[in-house]
Amino acid sequence: MKRRSLFLNTTASMGFIFLYAPMIALVVYSFNKSKLVTVWGGWSLKWYGELFRNEQIIDAALLSFKIAFISASVAVVLGTMAGFVLSRFTRSRGKMLLSGWISAPLVMPEVITGLSLLLLFVAMESAFGWPAGRGTSTIIIAHVTFCMAYVAVIVQSRLSQMDETLEEAAMDLGAKPSSLFFLVTLPLIMPAIISGWLLSFTLSLDDLVIASFVSGPGNSTLPMVIFSKVRLGVSPEVNALATLMIAVVAIGVTAAMWQMRRQAKMLEKQP
Amino acid sequence: MSATSMIETLSDSDTVPAASLSEQSVWKQEGATPFLRIENVSKKFGEFTAVDNVSLNIYKNELFCLLGGSGSGKSTLLRMLAGFEAPTSGRIIIDGVDMAGIQPWKRPVNMMFQSYALFPHLSVEENVAFGLKREGLGRAEVKQRVNQMLDMVQLGHLGKRKPHQLSGGQRQRVALARSLVKRPKLLLLDEPLGALDKKLREETQFELINIQEELGVTFVVVTHDQEEAMTLATRIGVMNHGVIVQTAEPHDVYEYPNSRFVAEFVGSVNLFEGRVIEEQSDFVRIRSAEADAVLYVNHGISCAPNQKVHMAVRPEKMRISREQPKQQENCVCGVVEEYAYMGGLTVYRVRLASGKEVRVTQPNMSRSSSERFTWKDKVYLYWDFDSSVVLTA
Repeated sequence: MKRRSLFLNTTASMGFIFLYAPMIALVVYSFNKSKLVTVWGGWSLKWYGELFRNEQIIDAALLSFKIAFISASVAVVLGTMAGFVLSRFTRSRGKMLLSGWISAPLVMPEVITGLSLLLLFVAMESAFGWPAGRGTSTIIIAHVTFCMAYVAVIVQSRLSQMDETLEEAAMDLGAKPSSLFFLVTLPLIMPAIISGWLLSFTLSLDDLVIASFVSGPGNSTLPMVIFSKVRLGVSPEVNALATLMIAVVAIGVTAAMWQMRRQAKMLEKQP
Repeated sequence: MSATSMIETLSDSDTVPAASLSEQSVWKQEGATPFLRIENVSKKFGEFTAVDNVSLNIYKNELFCLLGGSGSGKSTLLRMLAGFEAPTSGRIIIDGVDMAGIQPWKRPVNMMFQSYALFPHLSVEENVAFGLKREGLGRAEVKQRVNQMLDMVQLGHLGKRKPHQLSGGQRQRVALARSLVKRPKLLLLDEPLGALDKKLREETQFELINIQEELGVTFVVVTHDQEEAMTLATRIGVMNHGVIVQTAEPHDVYEYPNSRFVAEFVGSVNLFEGRVIEEQSDFVRIRSAEADAVLYVNHGISCAPNQKVHMAVRPEKMRISREQPKQQENCVCGVVEEYAYMGGLTVYRVRLASGKEVRVTQPNMSRSSSERFTWKDKVYLYWDFDSSVVLTA
């Protein structure tokens, strides 16, 4: 027994080191006083100060948050609808087709998604003049397309766990089908929707590849700014920025997981 | 608030006091108007016929049990009453109104689901209030009626809890309260006690009967559990393959089953196959090779001479003895093959010479084991002339 737990502990700690050592190094170096990234010069918060004085980075961060917020919100609406249809669609062939369609963005290489979206936007612009040029709106559309796939999968799995007699019970008690969704179904899948939103938000915030394809001049998201800065040489300022991004993403993902666990707990207790 | 004082507030003027029910069996009265009429209702799912031309009258204040195994069509019938399924043919008339085309949310019917189907995101109070809010009642009235109902099911103190914080028995009560709070004319219950453990079931059974009698609502219960049906029902409809095989009071279903299926489904029974050798208006004599005996019943049946019939004897109607009894008929001889001491009674499995296995139960009247029999004992089993039923179907 003891042996086994020792083995498990070793494996777990090695896994954690493997996953988190780079990030820890990054976080530690973000507090480095020295201007040289790899030379330790004592603790300091000065690069965080520098960061907030850098307008390019602040603008990019604001843009990223705006894009993430809008695309997560749109993705949640569309993804919930898709997930709903998926779980209620019983005809096997149609369902296969639909679930294939919805999960394609999950497995597609980002480069291909980005490229195909770029081609589509260019073609659309030349065909009927919209979207005029590439910028914030094209990034949002691109992010919605892959985020809604995640939302759809989460919502679908939640709906498939849901007891269908709940809807019958609501009808039996006098709820019309039109109000049924808002009275019963929506509150029940709310945890899934919230975790889908949080996940979409972080995915959108993280995305570099797709955004690079579909963004226009003057519309650089935060990951794009970081990437371009790093290409000119790693600066301690970027370390500070990356640390902040890790914090935001970690909070988002943790919140999403917490939501999902809470929902699982609620379902577990049901007979 | 006590349950008795609920009657004044809950039962409307048109409800008959339930106490009168036991004294007069409405379904036996000539010309009584049924409250629920099921007329030649069939339901087909593709090629499969779930409910096959069922006709049934259920009267006001009845507690009617549909009893049957899985796939017997009992749940489908219930779902048609609730409006979740539309009959392929036939009519359902509730309180004089044809239910064809009336949606579930417009029917004067509520259902208690087998899984209870409590809304997990709502508290107990909100669950019960759900139906009233859909009616557009005022906040004060909703609150008052919810509280009344929760008091009646003794859950007044748990109103703020969520369903997952309740025990199985408590959930069952919430489900009951939720389905009764709208004062339906007809309450449908799908295996209402199925998810409870044995002890809780027994308590709840009687509670359910009390509530039904107090509120004067007509109940239709679906169950596969014959004990549940026996204790709950005013009448039982036994279903098999989408057909109602027998409709009768619990006592009659048990003592006078009309077919082998009913005899075997409700309780356990010993069936002896035989041929009619003598039939008169007041008795029948049957020769049974299986029993290696002549069987005698002191009531007449409609049958042809030499017709193949089955005689059904309940295990508890048989007596067991080491000595040969005086009676010639209704007496078989065998060897105890196995027995099970169950406290209140002992169950014996006796093998006859023909290879037929017979089940006998004996109450354990005394504490000593001298009256009991053991393996390999040669015993005689015999029963009274009026204890058995002859089945032609």
